[in-house]
Amino acid sequence: MERATLDFWVGLFVVAGLAALLGLALKVGNMSSFATTQSYEVKADFNNIGGLKIRAPVKSAGVVVGRVSDIHFDNKTFEAIVTLKLDSRYRFPKDTSAAIMTSGLLGEQYLALDAGGDDKNLAGGDTIKITQSAVVLESLISQFLYNKASDSPKADSAPAAASTSGVPSHE
Amino acid sequence: MKPPKQNLISRIGHSVIDSIWIMGVATRFLMQVLWRSGTSWRRFGLIIREIYASGVLSLVIIIVSGLFVGMVLGLQGYQTLQTYGSEQALGVLVALSLVRELGPVVAALLFASRAGSAITAEIGLMKTTEQLKAMEMMAVDPIARVIAPRFWGGVISMPLLAAIFSIVGVFGGYLVGVVLIGVDEGSFWSQMQAAVDVREDVLNGVIKSVVFGFTITAIALFEGFDAMPTAEGISRATTRTVVTSSLAILALDFILTAFMFRGV
Repeated sequence: MERATLDFWVGLFVVAGLAALLGLALKVGNMSSFATTQSYEVKADFNNIGGLKIRAPVKSAGVVVGRVSDIHFDNKTFEAIVTLKLDSRYRFPKDTSAAIMTSGLLGEQYLALDAGGDDKNLAGGDTIKITQSAVVLESLISQFLYNKASDSPKADSAPAAASTSGVPSHE
Repeated sequence: MKPPKQNLISRIGHSVIDSIWIMGVATRFLMQVLWRSGTSWRRFGLIIREIYASGVLSLVIIIVSGLFVGMVLGLQGYQTLQTYGSEQALGVLVALSLVRELGPVVAALLFASRAGSAITAEIGLMKTTEQLKAMEMMAVDPIARVIAPRFWGGVISMPLLAAIFSIVGVFGGYLVGVVLIGVDEGSFWSQMQAAVDVREDVLNGVIKSVVFGFTITAIALFEGFDAMPTAEGISRATTRTVVTSSLAILALDFILTAFMFRGV
């Protein structure tokens, strides 16, 4: 085969392969995951992080403003310390609160930031004071059952009170 | 070199020593190829010729199979996801399975049977017709002139082929999922982009395909170089190339996956 044709086809192949790689990075994946943009790190302590994972999104008002970069357990306070990497374009007041939420009913967990009213902004290395832990389904259910149990005498008395005015009861 | 009569123990020992010996020969062969590939990088035309032979000529089978694999993933994934009412996640399913596993692995299997067997047959025939020896007589190093360019041609072609396979597969999934079935186009792409990570998924897929390309080409070259110089020997060597490299791909894929995606 002639050298020029060979060069052309190989060039086309290499360009197509590199374009495919670029397409995978840009169209299929999302290149804009703060790889190039400036960011600052903020810590937050939680009693329970539930199923929060590293690289989980940090959202404020539903917009992704950063990612969870590290999670570890503090041996002194027995709390989970979550490190957030926030995009420097977004600044939050010092009394911003953080909560672990679930997207959808059974979706992945994310960290929601709710801006406060302080004049000063969070800087790199700061710790978010007000936090709300993940809702654990089991404790929620047990709390519900507990409330139900303590409510039950009232629930019994209500129909009894109703029955006095209406149809005579078997009592 | 078969000893006349042996008991079971010495037969086991014989086969173990044989296989270790073969491994040693193969490793030394690979080292020599790497050591003497300087010439082929200086005469880049040689590598370009081999990229054409193993890369460009494999394009058709890669593109067609990628398209069909993607379309089948679209159909099957839709069937399953639909029962949970989450057919918008079809893009995620198609893209992740292609980028992480199917792209590198299926492209590598196709590459082994399409390009690897061709390399083995070519080198085996060169050896059988004593072309390699003739080169040595003319003071041309056959490893530098024949083997090394094929090696680098394969190593360069494989990741590009795997990337083309994945992107064509994603397009096939798009065709079936969005165009044919009618999954919402916006959520198809946006959920895919939210779930696929460039470093974690795309780059790991590329690393996999580079490792596979390295393995397949090394096996194919060694089998050709090591083939018995007969017609039967070439046919056996070609078969061994396809079988050994397919098994190596699957085993390596498991190991690489275990290292890459053990969950954060």
